[in-house]
Formats: sequence, C-alpha cells, structure tokens
Amino acid sequence: MAMNFDINNIIETIEMIKVHHLDIRTVTLALSLRDCCAQDTKKCANKIYDKILKYASNLAKFANQLEDEYSIPIINKRIAITPISIVAESIDNPDFIYIAQTLDKAAKEVGVDFLGGYSALVEKGCTEGDKRFMASIPEALAQTERVCSSVNLAGSKAGINMVGVYKTAEIIKKAAELTKDKDGIGAAKFVCFCNSVTDNPFMAGAYCGVNEPECALNVGVSGPGVVRHAIENMDKNADLGEVANTIKKTAFKITTTGELIGRELAKRLNIPFGVIDLSLAPTPAEGDSVAGIFQAMGLSDAGAHGTTAALAMLNDAVKKGGIMASSYVGGLSGAFIPVSEDKGMIEAASKGVLTIDKLEAMTSVCSVGLDMIAIPGDTPTTTIAGMIADEMAIGMINKKTTAVRVIPVFGKKAGEWVKFGGLLGEAPIMEMHDTDSSVFINRMGRIPSPIHSLNN
Amino acid sequence: MSEDKIIVTITGKDKTGIVAKIATTMAELKVNIEDIKQTIMQDYFVMMMLCNISDSMESFSTIKDKLTESAGSLNMTIWVQRKEIFDRMHTI
Repeated sequence: MAMNFDINNIIETIEMIKVHHLDIRTVTLALSLRDCCAQDTKKCANKIYDKILKYASNLAKFANQLEDEYSIPIINKRIAITPISIVAESIDNPDFIYIAQTLDKAAKEVGVDFLGGYSALVEKGCTEGDKRFMASIPEALAQTERVCSSVNLAGSKAGINMVGVYKTAEIIKKAAELTKDKDGIGAAKFVCFCNSVTDNPFMAGAYCGVNEPECALNVGVSGPGVVRHAIENMDKNADLGEVANTIKKTAFKITTTGELIGRELAKRLNIPFGVIDLSLAPTPAEGDSVAGIFQAMGLSDAGAHGTTAALAMLNDAVKKGGIMASSYVGGLSGAFIPVSEDKGMIEAASKGVLTIDKLEAMTSVCSVGLDMIAIPGDTPTTTIAGMIADEMAIGMINKKTTAVRVIPVFGKKAGEWVKFGGLLGEAPIMEMHDTDSSVFINRMGRIPSPIHSLNN
Repeated sequence: MSEDKIIVTITGKDKTGIVAKIATTMAELKVNIEDIKQTIMQDYFVMMMLCNISDSMESFSTIKDKLTESAGSLNMTIWVQRKEIFDRMHTI
C-alpha cells in the first residue's frame, strides 16, 4: 500500500464525499432467526427480541465511530432477519402484529433506521402459514414504524405465483389505505420480488435468507452524484466506450470505500463481513440523482429516448468497476431507479416525460424494478396485479431480480403530489392506463417456469 | 501500521500562524507530523498533513476534537481522517 500521499487524491476523495454525496447508504446486519421458532407467540417474540439485542446493540455505536474516523456519512443502519413467515410458522394461533411490534421495539432499542424481513417466500405457492402471515402484512406495516416487509412472488426456476400476485396487490392497497393519513406510507415499506436476493442490504426488500449464515454484515453504497460529476468532467465528444470506462473507474472508488467501512465494522462487531452491494442508490438531495447521470451522458431527461440504453450501460459498468474492488459482491448490485427518491426522476415524471411504460422498459436492464411510484388511490386491484405480473415476467425471463414498490394514494388523482419525507422523497402521482386486466388476473394459478429454467 | 496514520486536511482563507497553531496542538497530543503539503486552490489555502498517532495517549476521537477546535479558532475547515480511506480508493 502506498505510504506517500498525493494532494490530488485527497482533494478528490474529500470532494466526492462533501460535494458529490458519496456515502455509505446502509450497513445492514443480516441475522438468522431460525433458532427463534416456538409454539407460543410471546415465547417466539421474546427469543427474537433477545437475539436482535444480543447481536445488534453495538451496530449504531460502531457505525457512528467509523463515520467519524473516516469522515464518510453512513446514512442508515439496518437489520435484515429470516422471513417471519418461516420463523413464526409453528406458532399456535399466531399474533403476527405482536411480533411485528416486537421487531419495531427491538429496532428502536438498538437504534437502527429500518428492520426488514417481515417477509414470505411464495414463488411456487403458499403454505397455510404463509396465507395467515400475508394477511397480517398491511396491519403490521400500519402498526409499526421501522419494520419493512417483502414477498417473493416469482422466480426463474419456479414461475409466477399468480394467486400470490393478486394477494399482493390487495396487500399494497390495504397497506396504503390503512396509512392514508400519511399518503399511504405503509405501501412504501413493502416490496414484492421476482428472484429476491437473500443478502440484499437495501430496503424495503432486505431479509436474511434461510441459506445465510448466523449473521453477517452487508453494505450498500451510494454515489450517483460522483458518477455524474465524473462524466460531466469528460470531453463532450468522448464516445460511450470511454464513458463506460469512466463509470467503471468511479464505481471502483465508490466500492473500495464501502468495502473498507464494511470490513472494519464487521471486525469491530466481531461478525463476518457478508457482501457489498454495488447499487447506486440515489437520494432526493440535489445532485445525488441517477437521472442526473443520464443527463450528463447527454439525454435531456430521464425517460428520453435512449434512457434504457444509457441505464443498461450504467448498470453494467457499475458492476464491472465494482467487482474489482471487493472480494464479495452480492445483493442487487446495479442502478436503482426509485422515482420519488431521485430529484431528476421526479422532475421528469412531473413533466410527463417519465411514464410508467418507460419505467417498465428501464426495469428490464436496471437492478430492481418499478420503485417508489405513486399511483392513483382508485387504481383497481387487478390493474396493480397486472403491473406486478408484468414486472415478475421481466425478471423470470431475464433471470434477474425485479421488484414492484408502488403506493396507491387514497383520495388523490394522477398529477397530484405526495410527500413521503426523508429518503423516500416526494412524487407526482403517475397516470395509469384506463384498461381492464381483471379477467386475466382472475384466472389465478401459476405461470409455469420458462424453458430455460430446465438447464440441468 | 497504516491504521496509525491519519490525514489532516485544512482549508480556508490564508493567514499567519495556521501551521504553527495546528502543529502546536499536534505536539501537545504527541501526534507526529510525517509530511506536509500545501497549495492554494481558487484563493483558498489548502494544507494536508500526514501524521502518525501511534505515540499519542489520546483516542482518535479526542485527537479529532482537539484539532477541530484548534482549526475552528482560526476560522479554518478541517478534516481528520484515517489514511486507509485514501489508500483504498486510489490504489488497486
């Protein structure tokens, strides 16, 4: 390691952090709760609470220490747990809300911002326990502050559980309705997936997969502003191959920082380092925008023709640069396009340039999916189910993760605004197609897995 | 040990006594200065110091607090960071 120091390197690092919002988006403690099963709700909840406190009590303290020592902001501290549908499945007459409240209490006690894993994995179908559990999700989201929930509805090997898709559309509407006094924030804490990832540190979809070890520390970085700035500094005539190369170099720098913080924090917590997730997560702050990267590349707005190509290149270059910087890359690793959390996307959406259809196309090349999109509160459940099915199909066929996090805003129509606050931002409500998907959706059943799943 | 190395970056309007004041605070804390570089950027004075804190009896956060206080009295902005972050970011 170089022992001398270079003024330009130091200035560049400080500028990346102070001016272009380079930060560690999240340090997420993944914690297995497989040993917390019990037949009684309170007993199960107590085991969960004790285990979270045992492992996570120092998470926030040590994260704050590192923030100070390296002068890099760590925006969120989070916990991801084994899906509660599994942990709580053996309880007689389970009181899921009590368990959700216990999770919320534990999250507050250890000082984490979010706790994910109020989740179910039902891509091939639901157990009786899954059905009971899923019915509790809207109420659990309304009754808690920091608990996040997710459901995996589809997979490239399993196909798409269309009964689950419909039930999930109901969950989204109900969660939004129960929290309508807060613009449907309940639905913003819920996401459904195709090919969900077991070591993802990002919310609302983080959970600790059943195949994961006892515990691990996973890290998510954020740095769209840094990438934008690097591209803006290039010659305007630089070709796209050169642009891709600049993105790779920048992603390397962003990722090494995440890796350093992740390894150091894991060491202090005396737990294994898990993975670094290379995703470029935007925030509503000025300049910290993935849409800003498209603009730096030369598109007038996010959503302009060419955006899908720009996103595909960005997503790929981020992975290529990041992979060199860490021994263990995992999670979702790509570019996020959460509309309400990205200032440039918000602007494009309010101009009507960024539509639901363009976003759907973009999700076929980005790392996740339709994310943080406000829709009219009176959107029919079957229409939401249709949106979910489309997104699941993109993931299933392309063997990638896709997701849907939409917020039906009760009492508001397309064009009106919602404000979620904080990292969740604000957004205009998007116009939906006035069409009918109900007969298709009501067929239920399961869409079979695609031919390329038979690759053994 | 690279974890004993810190980089201190000080920026602000140039004036007399910046180096003296910061260096005095460092001497009091037994923080050893191994290298200093300085430059003027867009009318701003920028000074970077590579220091070793292995001989200091104080914790990183105390050292940071004292140096921040010292720079604050000069109306300068200061960053105190472990050197590792720069090494990692700019070295393959």
